Amino acid sequence: MTNTERNSAFIKLHDVYKSFGNSPVLRGVSMEIAKGEVICIIGPSGSGKSTILRCINALTPIDQGFIQVGDIQVTSKSLDMVALCHKVGMVFQQYNLFPHKTVLQNVSMAPIQVLKQDRTEVLDRARALLSKVKLGHKADAYPGELSGGQQQRVAIARALCMQPEAILFDEVTAALDPEMVGEVLTVIREIAQEGMTCVIVTHEMGFAREAANRMYFTDGGVIVETAPPDSFFANPRDERTRSFLSKVL
Amino acid sequence: MDAITDFFRELHERSGINLTILYDPFDIERFFHGLLVTIELFLVSAVVSVIIGLIGAGCLTLPYRVPKAITRGYVAFFRNTPPLIQMYFFYFAIGALIPATKNAYGFPEELVDNLDWALIALSLYAGAFNIEIFRSGIEAIHRSIVEAAAVLGYSKVAAFVYVMVPLAWRISLPALCNNLIELLKTTTLAYAIGVPELLYVSNQIWSDNINTFEMMNVLLVVYLVLVGVVALAMHRWERALRLPGFGAARS
Amino acid sequence: MTNDRARFGPHVGIDLPGARERTSWALNRDLAGVLLAILTVVVIVLVVALLSGTDTGLVGALIKWTPFMARGFLLNVVMSLFAIFFGTIGGIFLGMGQLAPTRWISTPSKVLTQFFRNAPWLVLLFYCIFLLPFQVRIGGETYTIASWLRAAIGFTIPVVANFSEIVRGAMQSIPSGQWEAARSLGYRWRQTVTSVVLPQCIKRMLPPWMNLYAILLMATPLASIVGAEEALTNARTALQAESDSRLLLPLYAYLLSWFFIYCYPIARFSMALERRFAVR
Repeated sequence: MTNTERNSAFIKLHDVYKSFGNSPVLRGVSMEIAKGEVICIIGPSGSGKSTILRCINALTPIDQGFIQVGDIQVTSKSLDMVALCHKVGMVFQQYNLFPHKTVLQNVSMAPIQVLKQDRTEVLDRARALLSKVKLGHKADAYPGELSGGQQQRVAIARALCMQPEAILFDEVTAALDPEMVGEVLTVIREIAQEGMTCVIVTHEMGFAREAANRMYFTDGGVIVETAPPDSFFANPRDERTRSFLSKVL
Repeated sequence: MDAITDFFRELHERSGINLTILYDPFDIERFFHGLLVTIELFLVSAVVSVIIGLIGAGCLTLPYRVPKAITRGYVAFFRNTPPLIQMYFFYFAIGALIPATKNAYGFPEELVDNLDWALIALSLYAGAFNIEIFRSGIEAIHRSIVEAAAVLGYSKVAAFVYVMVPLAWRISLPALCNNLIELLKTTTLAYAIGVPELLYVSNQIWSDNINTFEMMNVLLVVYLVLVGVVALAMHRWERALRLPGFGAARS
Repeated sequence: MTNDRARFGPHVGIDLPGARERTSWALNRDLAGVLLAILTVVVIVLVVALLSGTDTGLVGALIKWTPFMARGFLLNVVMSLFAIFFGTIGGIFLGMGQLAPTRWISTPSKVLTQFFRNAPWLVLLFYCIFLLPFQVRIGGETYTIASWLRAAIGFTIPVVANFSEIVRGAMQSIPSGQWEAARSLGYRWRQTVTSVVLPQCIKRMLPPWMNLYAILLMATPLASIVGAEEALTNARTALQAESDSRLLLPLYAYLLSWFFIYCYPIARFSMALERRFAVR
């Protein structure tokens, strides 16, 4: 990686180690993600993909290493959590909408309560985002009344309403019925095309191939291989990558 | 109104069933006042104990060591010692430590009278159980919802207040209802320190009128009705708070 | 997916309680916790006694009255054992009655259960004290029924009602498949209950049953209101005999600590049982 590329890296992980109890999950992970890049991380379960995402936004503390997002040092002791959450959003596999709030409240509550932004402004933005994910008509419904795909789109709108510079997607279509996967992937594709930095952990190879700028393959807590999707899928260099791809494709 | 009182007076004369509370104005008033005191004991301790429960559950959930230890000690004490002895402890032992003042006539007057001590003892007793109830409710919340709050930037306290409490409250409502019914029944303990609640005044009435059997049955029925009212109110509240799609899947 | 940890992130740091208790050495922690609690209680009582009076006369008074109070405490235990024994038996019958297929049995059982569950223990105690006879003639001999015995009978009634609910809950939690399998094998209702359902229920009933015992024991001091000479009565007698207001705090604390030391291990044990049964 050239110097200019290293300097323009928006999200930086360097030599990250993480163990849960006695089992090591990340064993020296280094990544550099430029602004506006869309990267997809794939790999067998237990290889540490989700853990990488959770370390980036400090959901999980790391044992060793260095993580930086923009100008925020995630690993420092004086981390400003609110600023980090403002910069990096996250969408989960289980959507995790707050069941006791309406869809509109779910999307708008954090910018109002956490970022202390102006209420009317936030509500307008929330409504616009809900229309963008094609759920404007469900603003006053409760999450329990929506389908899985609809809930996931609301979760994406909620992450977007915080106006982040990057969004982490943790296997967001894995819990959905097949017919709803497409609608969620469409939304992610749009966000990516609008220039949002996206770090996506996924099993959807077709989506990865067409939407990603770069693919990462993890296995056993390390990044085995990284390449642009065309060369990644056509000519995987490592044996482990080949073996994994032959099983999932 | 007179027709009712006459009916019960005649009933006494004819069959010996003596329900003075339904025809004797003095007893009617005494009984009614006793009922009011019981209701007051219940409502005040219910509210205070719920507040204690929420604060205590917060102490157990948030990662601050000292409040957590204090809460655990408090819960262990009040759940593993007899409520009657707790009440005596407060009224006699701690009450003796509080200085008495003089009222307008120069007679010594307690700063904290027996009704206040009963309220304190009942609130603390029910509060300890509420802490356990709310703690279970919080435990039942899927941790991913808490993670979502964390990822949106909510601090520990803010996540507790805005996300965990509203959900834990709904989950805890059935157990809370049971505990409030227990509290209602426990108000009778105030009898032991001379608070003029329902059992106390009923005791006075049956001592005066030698209608123990009738009064006992009346008491049982009245408490049954009171419990029924509380259960109904809580059930209504539970229905009002119901969230579509949430809770149905849990049962 | 990350594994199940109670704490996640120093910044997030919300401690979800309970998850930590699932470790395999929880039983040792329970024992340590119980011993620590008992030690704390003993220390607190001694400190309270010593602070209340500058001389050791108060601690001496506590020691002097201990045998007397212990006799009373023994009565509390006896009453609780009486009530739990007969209450359990009665509760099983009433609980099964609630689940009986015929309305003639199930409706009265349900009514009785709800009626006596929702009555305050003290009111039921008064009921029994006033309405049970002082003396009873059996075969020409007159026996006096002691206060404590009438109180114990008074405690048995709510225990029956509460245990009936526990039994009903446990039996209803057995999956219907068990009943169906038994039926298809030719078992009649009563045989199904005794051979198939009840043995499985015992595990589920044990923790709430222990909890009920603890509640019962903590209700036994109510008997002091109706004249039984149990621990609270004796404690108050001791206080009157000493007439020393400095003894109030230490003596009541002392009495409370006895109940604590008896009940807290039961509570922890019952929680441990619950965890063990839940994991399986």
